[in-house]
Amino acid sequence: MLYLGPDKKTIATPDWQQRFQQLAADCPSALLQAYYQAGVVAPDTRIAQTPLMALDLETTGLNPAQHDIISIGLVPVTGNTLYTSQARHWLVKSRSGLPADSVQYHRITDDALANAPDLLELLPEFLDQIAGKILLVHCADIERRFLASALIARLGVGLEIPVIDTMALEARLHRARPQSLWQRWRKQPQTSIRLAASRSRYGLPDYLPHHAVTDALACAELFQAQLADRFDGQTPVAELWS
Amino acid sequence: MAEPSLEIEQIEILSFLQRHSPFKELSLQEQTLLATNIDVSYFKADSSILEYNAPLDAFYLIRSGLVETFRRSGALYNRLSEGGIFGEQGLLRGRKVRFPARAVEDTLIYLIPADVFESVFESNENFADYVEVGDIERRKGNAPDKSPPATAMTTRVRELVSQPPVLLAADATIHEAATLMRDQSVSCLLITAPDNSTQVIGLVTDRDLRNRVLAERVDLDTRIENVTSSELVTVPAAKYVFEAMLIMLRNNVHHLPVLDEGRPVGVIGIEDIIRHESNNSLYIVSSIFRQQSVNELAQLRTSVQSCFVRMVHEDANSQMIGSAMATIGRSFKQRLLELAEQELGPPPVPYCFIALGSMARDEQMIVTDQDNALILDDSYSPKQHDAYFKALAKFVCDGLDACGYPYCTGNIMATNPKWRQPLAVWKRYFTDWVTNPTAEKLLHCNIFFDIDAVRGETRFVDSLTADILQMTPKHRLFLASMTRNALQRSPPLGFFQDFVMEEDGQHKQSLNLKRRGTAPFTDLVRVLALSKGIADRNTYRRLNAISRANILPLGRAADFQDAFELIAMTRIKHQAANLQQNLEPDNNVLPERLSEFERKRLKAAFQVLANAQKFLKFHFQA
Repeated sequence: MLYLGPDKKTIATPDWQQRFQQLAADCPSALLQAYYQAGVVAPDTRIAQTPLMALDLETTGLNPAQHDIISIGLVPVTGNTLYTSQARHWLVKSRSGLPADSVQYHRITDDALANAPDLLELLPEFLDQIAGKILLVHCADIERRFLASALIARLGVGLEIPVIDTMALEARLHRARPQSLWQRWRKQPQTSIRLAASRSRYGLPDYLPHHAVTDALACAELFQAQLADRFDGQTPVAELWS
Repeated sequence: MAEPSLEIEQIEILSFLQRHSPFKELSLQEQTLLATNIDVSYFKADSSILEYNAPLDAFYLIRSGLVETFRRSGALYNRLSEGGIFGEQGLLRGRKVRFPARAVEDTLIYLIPADVFESVFESNENFADYVEVGDIERRKGNAPDKSPPATAMTTRVRELVSQPPVLLAADATIHEAATLMRDQSVSCLLITAPDNSTQVIGLVTDRDLRNRVLAERVDLDTRIENVTSSELVTVPAAKYVFEAMLIMLRNNVHHLPVLDEGRPVGVIGIEDIIRHESNNSLYIVSSIFRQQSVNELAQLRTSVQSCFVRMVHEDANSQMIGSAMATIGRSFKQRLLELAEQELGPPPVPYCFIALGSMARDEQMIVTDQDNALILDDSYSPKQHDAYFKALAKFVCDGLDACGYPYCTGNIMATNPKWRQPLAVWKRYFTDWVTNPTAEKLLHCNIFFDIDAVRGETRFVDSLTADILQMTPKHRLFLASMTRNALQRSPPLGFFQDFVMEEDGQHKQSLNLKRRGTAPFTDLVRVLALSKGIADRNTYRRLNAISRANILPLGRAADFQDAFELIAMTRIKHQAANLQQNLEPDNNVLPERLSEFERKRLKAAFQVLANAQKFLKFHFQA
């Protein structure tokens, strides 16, 4: 029999409040303990009242084992307002160096990173920014794995973190059913759920991608459009996070 | 308020600001200040953005989407899309919302915090001017904006929609329809399917009620659908205004329902398009009549110039521009006469103030001296009354000079006693010119044959014109003398069809498009018109009438019109370019500034003029 991997529907979203209490008690890193102690909103909190933080990471590649985070962008979001005036942006020194071919994406050069701090130096501020908030990310899997990998390398322990994934929300709509045989036979392409393609479906403007703050903003705007389209401010956060 | 950082994180916001007025005109430092302080809000379609009188803490800039703002009465105030700004009225007046706003589509808004807005508003005059002009004024294009003006080619139909459509279900009665039209004061109703309140199936206009109901004695309790036009012609909101014009012309309709994604959002009438196309010159005319002194009138001079430039950019033709400028010039005269009468008291005898030359022909340009005169009632007695009319003439002519219409170098002005005479004397002048002509005598009175009443007793002009046109066709010698004068100025073409440049004065090596082009053209068309007793004064209309009178070979009148238009437009564009470069506009075009294509066409037009002159010479044996 073919092994199809774990059935995604059976992976339950953790009880984040309980999980955070446990991590706050067990976590070996004092930095992370403080983060977990800040807690999580209750699962029935309305999304309009939930403090959110849109996050984007620029990395030197797609493999957390080989590649590094080189830039972090944060945009706070509450209700229908994106606080770009409070956006944060950091450049982060890469421990593995900058592959030449990645520069064309993020346009961050070795020179720009020469004076950038190591992620370890930024962590207190970064964790302080996201404490008590739910992250808003497009393609949570990548950001989660990069954050975990970077923290394991520096603190010896990863980061568990509740995330609303705008890509997963798009997938719910466009990947709810597998493609029919007819569609596969006709080689019909699947609807793209990448950030730019998803935004254009909601009539959001084109942005120049691969700047951490711009991408975080783009993700936050996409989330607003998704809420307007099929959820609303009254939706409990537990319906959206994972 | 955050200090602008050198490393701007909000690249996206900054680059958006750099694409839109009034932000793109700001310094980079100011743009950065704004970009780093902007927050973003998202509003879903049909949600409220601002409620009347709510506290307001930001200036609103539309990043994407569509927003409508409303008056307190609920009437639509403005419709704004990407780059549109609103909220300034409220911010400048107590930080309370003055014009409530709604998102029509899903909309992203950039919020500029009130104190950041105010600091830029106070430190940057251009920004303040732009914002303070108000959005409606901006939409009219009156702001001193370098960006391309709104034209029929670039304006969308939705911009013309001023109110939502008035809908009525098809099963209502004719009486209900008429009552609804009266109560809503509209000239047109959209008729919807009885079961579906937004699906439009037809349209009923005032004219339908007249032609299909009253004239046919239809019972008023009949269902409205029985008298509804079934062929419904509509226009999508996203179409351009010129497309709507074409649709109206092609289908011979005067009302078009405007549909946005199939939903009716309004109705535009032909009058909306006309208003849109001419609102700028109308605006100036209405402001002329609001000015209370010569000084105030003189302030409008620059608006007249920008109206002229705007019309040129909007690709108006020389007729539209000439008649707009003539209307403006006439309004100046009328207002000056009103002011003069306020100062001097009512006139002792009836008078008619007349315009001569280009203004009377509706062909006025931006560079034009004043040509005017006074026709007085025959009860006029010089001793008793001349002091009044002399003062009146001086007031008006001085005022015109102040408003940008310099004194006539030939002294054809009402201030000249010779041209301030009772009707009987004017009739003697004309009888003498027509019945006892010499070319010399007529040389400087061409323009008296283009005459128009500006204020006062129009009947004086009517009576004079009737006498003139009754005389002129019969007097061959008069027509021959006029012809000889009309042929004095030849088009600037040499033997080898090269341009012949002006030889004298400071404009050497240039072509004087008035002296060598439009003026001789106007002169020869005038002679033809007088020879047939044609009452029109405008060169185009004279040519139309001449064409109907069959004095020219077939098709020649249309050639004349095309050639005249080309020379006139070249002159107009040259003057608009002068104005934009802050030069005194003149008539002297340097051929090397024209493209090869333009030179060829100009030569062809001059050739038409040369041939027309030959025809005239032959026709009147001059």
